[in-house]
Amino acid sequence: MTTQVTARTVPYKEKKPFDYSPFLRKGKLPHIWCAGCGHGIVLKSLLRAVDATGIAKDDLAMVSGIGCSSRTPGYVDFNTMHTLHGRATAFATGLKLAKPRLKVIVATGDGDAMAIGGNHFIHACRRNMDMLILVYNNYIYGMTSGQASPTTPEEKISTTSRYGSIEPAFDICELAKTAGATFVARGTAYHAQELEKTLYEGLMHRGTAVIDILDSCPTYYGRFNKYKNVAEMMDKIEKDGTVSVAQAAKLSPEKLEGKQLRGILHRSERLEYCDGYKNLVDRVTG
Amino acid sequence: MGEAAKKEWRIEIDARLCKGCEICAHFCPTKTLEIKGITMSVRDLSTCIGCQLCDIRCPDFAIQVFPK
Repeated sequence: MTTQVTARTVPYKEKKPFDYSPFLRKGKLPHIWCAGCGHGIVLKSLLRAVDATGIAKDDLAMVSGIGCSSRTPGYVDFNTMHTLHGRATAFATGLKLAKPRLKVIVATGDGDAMAIGGNHFIHACRRNMDMLILVYNNYIYGMTSGQASPTTPEEKISTTSRYGSIEPAFDICELAKTAGATFVARGTAYHAQELEKTLYEGLMHRGTAVIDILDSCPTYYGRFNKYKNVAEMMDKIEKDGTVSVAQAAKLSPEKLEGKQLRGILHRSERLEYCDGYKNLVDRVTG
Repeated sequence: MGEAAKKEWRIEIDARLCKGCEICAHFCPTKTLEIKGITMSVRDLSTCIGCQLCDIRCPDFAIQVFPK
């Protein structure tokens, strides 16, 4: 079941602020993220997208592992679960099988999903479990003071790569596509309204949806790599470093060099795991 | 052709939530916001055009712009 973004009430078009309070555990605010951390922007986009889909809060479950990104479920008023490092997709798989009516969102980071939970991530994609996996990609392990993660770009400095990383970085979208995810997209915290639409599409998709969200860690990644402030990081990494799929079609290959594509990169239809499991049960029990 | 009446806006900043990251000030097209101490404040409310860019990009749920 895929749906195009249809005409709906976009609060900002009417110049009215969106009311986040029904979706938040207000007592938990202010959140623990550092000043300028992009995770808050992503969370706001997610809440607006959830509101647009009209899914009830009780029908949503948010699962996370460990890391800065994984603090997200603590602030949202859905069914939430804060689990083991890297195992968020594994817990989400179990949750989805136990309660298939729930829409499961996995909030995970680049270190959580790609390194420690790499296996769980690719197998969730392979099975095509109906879940939305949000990978908050800030290129670094923020919570444990800035070690290099599998997505740290080459030559970039981190606590464990003081003279520049020599490892090639993972492309999360390519990995997810190859592993079998049926909806793969990329968004950024800078393009918050575009991200809201991408998240909406991801929420409406049935099957594994992976969204690689570029955001910024000014405390470690920004400081190590000589970005003056978070605004400069957002401009250089998220605005200048990405190009939307529609724009990319018009640009020459030289101009696209070093830029990441933004938007919905892959979409396909395949049997969802819970549907397949139900078919099996029906076949065996007659 | 009369000029449309200029709309007025009210900016609410929650000082308890604001961490002073200055994202809102950087992306404000009319430079309406500035940092004062450790939190953001409004420099000149009359220049606000109600574009809501500060609201959309505030990571801390601290700023919202309402029609007056």
